[in-house]
This record gives sequence, C-alpha cells and structure tokens, in this order.
Amino acid sequence: MDLILFLVFGAIALVCAVNVVVQRHPISSAVSLIGVMGSLAILYLLLGAEFLAAAQVIVYAGAVMVLFVFVIMLLNAGTEIRQGQSFTVQLLGVPVLIGLLVLLAFLGRLLSRPETMVRFGDFHGGGPKAVGEALFTTFLLPFEATSVLILIAIVGAMVLARKEMD
Amino acid sequence: MQQVPTSWFLMLAAALFTLGVAGFLFRRNIVTVFMSIELMLNAVNLSFVAFAHQHRQVDGHLYAFFVMVVAAAEAAVGLAIILTVFRNRGTLNIDDVDSMKD
Amino acid sequence: MDYSFFIVSLVKTAVVFAALMTTLAYLQWVERKVIAHIQVRPGPYRVGPHGLLQPLADVIKLLTKEDLVPPYVNKLLYVGAPFLAITMALLSISVIPFGPEIRVGGTHTYMQLTDLNIGVLFVLAVSSMGVYGVALAGWSSNNKYALLGGLRSSAQMISYELPMSLAIASPLLLSNTLSLRELVEKQSGNLFHWNLLSGPFPQIVSFIVFLIAAFAETNRVPFDLPEAENELVAGFHVEYSSMKFASFFMAEYANMITVSSMATLLFLGGWVAPWPAKYGSGLVPVLIFAAAGAIALYHGVHASRRRDTLSFPVVGIVFLGVAAFFLLPVVQEWLLPLFWFCAKTGGILFLFMWIRGTLPRFRYDQLMGFAWKFLFPVAMANLLITGLAVALVS
Repeated sequence: MDLILFLVFGAIALVCAVNVVVQRHPISSAVSLIGVMGSLAILYLLLGAEFLAAAQVIVYAGAVMVLFVFVIMLLNAGTEIRQGQSFTVQLLGVPVLIGLLVLLAFLGRLLSRPETMVRFGDFHGGGPKAVGEALFTTFLLPFEATSVLILIAIVGAMVLARKEMD
Repeated sequence: MQQVPTSWFLMLAAALFTLGVAGFLFRRNIVTVFMSIELMLNAVNLSFVAFAHQHRQVDGHLYAFFVMVVAAAEAAVGLAIILTVFRNRGTLNIDDVDSMKD
Repeated sequence: MDYSFFIVSLVKTAVVFAALMTTLAYLQWVERKVIAHIQVRPGPYRVGPHGLLQPLADVIKLLTKEDLVPPYVNKLLYVGAPFLAITMALLSISVIPFGPEIRVGGTHTYMQLTDLNIGVLFVLAVSSMGVYGVALAGWSSNNKYALLGGLRSSAQMISYELPMSLAIASPLLLSNTLSLRELVEKQSGNLFHWNLLSGPFPQIVSFIVFLIAAFAETNRVPFDLPEAENELVAGFHVEYSSMKFASFFMAEYANMITVSSMATLLFLGGWVAPWPAKYGSGLVPVLIFAAAGAIALYHGVHASRRRDTLSFPVVGIVFLGVAAFFLLPVVQEWLLPLFWFCAKTGGILFLFMWIRGTLPRFRYDQLMGFAWKFLFPVAMANLLITGLAVALVS
C-alpha cells in the first residue's frame, strides 16, 4: 500500500515537474507546480511529517503559489518565444544535466543506509507537539531570526511594489 | 511489498532538483525561472524530510520548515522585483534586460 | 485484511454525502425564505407546499440548461476551476465530528469520517486551496470583468485567512490540541466549559473575529462585492453556465457549512449540551418539536386558507412524531449530541442569512483596509492576551 502511494504520487510529482519546465505559458507552469507541491505533501505524510505536510499546503501551495498566480495574472505574461541556443548549450546541456542527476542519485544512495525502509506509521515524532517543542527550545534563535526576516521581506516588498507618488 | 526504501525518496528528490536546474538554466521567462527555483527548494525539503525519517529525529522537519519560510519571504521580495522590472522595462524576458552588459 | 473498517467508512461516507447534498439544496431554500421574511414578502411559495420543492426545480433547471463552453476560454482551467472549488469545499467536511462515539450493530465508530490529529490544520489547508478555484475561474474565462472579479475575490480570501488563523489559534491555546474530536471532548461539561466562556480568558473577541473573517472567506454579504450581480457583471463566474455555475454555488454553501461547523467546534462546544443531560437537557429538543407541532396543529384547525387544512395538521403530526422520537432512550445517545451540533451550526447559518438580509456591502478598499488595519491587529492582540493568561494560570 505504501509502495503504491509512493509510486502514484511520485509519478504525479515527476510529471508535474516536467510540465513546469516544459510548458510555454507561465500559468500552466504555476498550476503544475501546485500539483508538485500537493503530491510532495502526500509524500511527507508517508514519511510521518504530518505538521510539515499541512504547513506545505497552507504556506507553499496556498500562499506562495497564490502570489505567483497573482503576479502572472497581473502582468499578463504571454507565452514565451523559443529562441535558438548556442552550439555549446545544445551539445552539452542535456548530458551535463544527466550527469548531475546521476551524481545526486548516487549521493542519495550512499548517504541513506540501504536497509532503512519507509513504512507509514513508523515515525510518530513529526506531529505538531514535537515540532513545537523543537521550535521553541532547540531552534529558538532561527525562529526569531526568520520572524525578523519575514518582517523585512514584507516591508521590502511593499516598498518595491508600490506606485511612485509623483 | 509494503515498504519503500528511503533511497527512492532521495532519488525522487534528485530528479526534481535536476528538473529545477534545467528550468533555471534553459527558460527565458523570469517567472518560470523563479518557479524552477521553488522546485529546487521543494526537492531539498523532500530530502530533509526523508533523512529525518531515517534518523528518527524531528530536526529535519524543522530545517525543511525554515527553508519553507525563507522561500516564502524570497518569493515575496522576488515577485516585487519582477513587478518593478516589468514596470520599467516592459518585458519579462531575461535576455532583454541586459543593458548593463557590455 | 480487516474489511470492516472499509465497509464502515464507505457507509459513513455515503450517509454524510447524502445528508450534505440534501442540506445544501435545502439551505438555499431556508436562505430564500429567511431573506424574504426579513423583506416582508413570502419567498418561494408556489413550487410545492411553501416552496419546498423549489430546490428540486432549481436542480432540474440547472441540469437541463445548455452547458456552454465558450471557444475563447482556456479549456483545461475553465473545466478544472469549478471542480477544484467543489472538491475542496466538500473535502473539508470529512474531518468535522458530528457527535460522540456510537455503537451500530457490533462496531464502535465515531460520528466523523476521519479523525486527523492535525484536523484544524487540514481544514485551513483545504480552504487555502479553495482560493485557486476562484482565481483560475477568473483567469480562464478570458474576460476582463471575470479576471478583475477573480483577482479581487481571491485577494479578499487570502487577506482574511490571516485573522481567521489567528482567531483559530486562540481557543487552541485553551484546548491544547489540534484534533477536532479532542477539541470538543475538552469542552465537555456545561455552558461554562465551552471555549467561548471558559478558561483564563473567554474567547469572545476571537469568536467575533472568526465570524467576520468567515463571512469574508465565503464571500458572503457584507463582503460579497466580488460576486454580486450588480458589481463587475457578477464577477468571476460570469462566463459559466449550468452545472459548473451550480458547482460554484454549492461550493459556497458547503464552505458556509464548514466555517459554521468550525465555529461550533472551536467556540461553542460542538455537540456538548449547555447543561448536562442528567439535569434534563434531553428534554429541550422534545419541547421545541412538541411546541412547533402544537402550533402547526392549532393553525391547521383554525386555517385561514382552504389548502392549509391539510398541510398544517400533517406538519404538526410530523413534528409531534419527531418529538416522541427524541424520547426513546435507545436513540438519545446519538441523536441528542447530533441535535445540539446541528442546532448550534444552524444558529450560525441563520446568522449568515440574517446578516445577508440586513447589511449593505463594503466597498473593496474598505474591505481590504478592514482586514489588514483592524481585524489582524485585534486577532493578534487577542492571541497575545490569551497566551499570557494561559501562561500565568498554568
């Protein structure tokens, strides 16, 4: 059952990710990215990260992507005109990417102990209580720092995006 | 057949990351480039959570949470910058915003 | 393989879905009647006795209308947007508990489709995803008015999500759990254990903030500028017809039911009676239905119109039958909590309709300014004071 869930939602995530990169209109890429984030949230649930799955849908898919969709709609970004690429890029582009993929997959296999298996219900420490406790004891300094960071981002975004008062 | 090896999650994260790099390098529309960056960040989050499961600690979830928060802040500021660039240059194609290149 | 879990879940899903669809249809009838009586007119009256078959007539009309897909729309998003809206609206009902644990046949089961231990976050997540139904509908219609309406509506929905989340966080500090079932179980007792009136700091301010934010989240008056008929040519659903249009309205009513249920669970104690059953709170529904039955019988006997000599006594006898049904002890253990839950949720839904018939609507800049400059600081101040009170007491 876990295998089927992983295969289905992993396949959805991969197809949507390919769609993000391949589609010509930004709104199709944005909707595909929402699909990627949704399937990743289900994979987080499989890995026992229930608070993080909810946070992924609320923050990432429900707020950050709404921001992207708003900007695309406001700017009325049209489809992209495909331009030619230089010879080096055409020759080396795909092989370099495949090399990167192989390197990362190899690292992943190396760093994960091969006998560890993921079963739904294995890990109970990802609930809101555990995350809250860690957030306010071990990770208190990053928590406060990111609060200030968000404040800076709000003020910066408002200053950048407002119309000039002439 | 009921279990999934952890390395499969990491390989999925590697594939998503590589797709994000591909989008970042090959696309010309600035919003799509930004979305590829978000894809890369999501792949990294998946690998954090997979390792947290492997070591049975909640710290990986916390790292992923902070990545999410920083990505949200970065999306806000980045999109404001994109709006300003569009207002001043009238284009969303990154090849056309090269007036400081020699 | 233990199949009983699947069978029980399927049966519960079927029951909840059927009840929900009927409630959605008849909620519209209730709304039209309530608004009509506020405006001193009878409301739907002709289709069936007192207009009770009006929702059926509306469903038939919407199903048989021409389902037009204009050629200039983005087809995938155009078809997907109402589907997304109604899916997200119905999905959030799946974690709402309607009552305590009951015993049916040989199995114990909760009166809830599923009890997540992050239930509150699930409802928030699903309502965040519901914004996309509106935004993508506005975009895919390829129409200036639809786009503006969709953008305004989705900006309003995400702006009011913030005070709503903060207003939700305050009673969670008192109850210390995110699971909706445990939230209600911690409020058991009497009226003064409900989160509205209990604890070191009664949550009256956050209840009011939650209700105001709920009005804005579901695009109801006084916040319905983006979808009113005389503004922006009806906003984001101007290019939709027939079943897709109906989906948006079903999604709006389902969202109303969800936020009313959340208000009941978070603040008003869910299915807990105002005073314990051993002091006779089990007699309240009996008295209410018996009184309604007696009034209907009296009006049936002294009828002013000829057709009322049949309908009113029938209604009266039905109500008296329901009152007698409430007296059966075998039924009381699950029917009484369900009655209290429906009564409280119904009261908040009536408040939604009452306000729709009474208040004018906000202008868009007033609406957004109200969210960011007033509601958000008030909700945050309430959260801080609640946290301080809880920390000082414990």
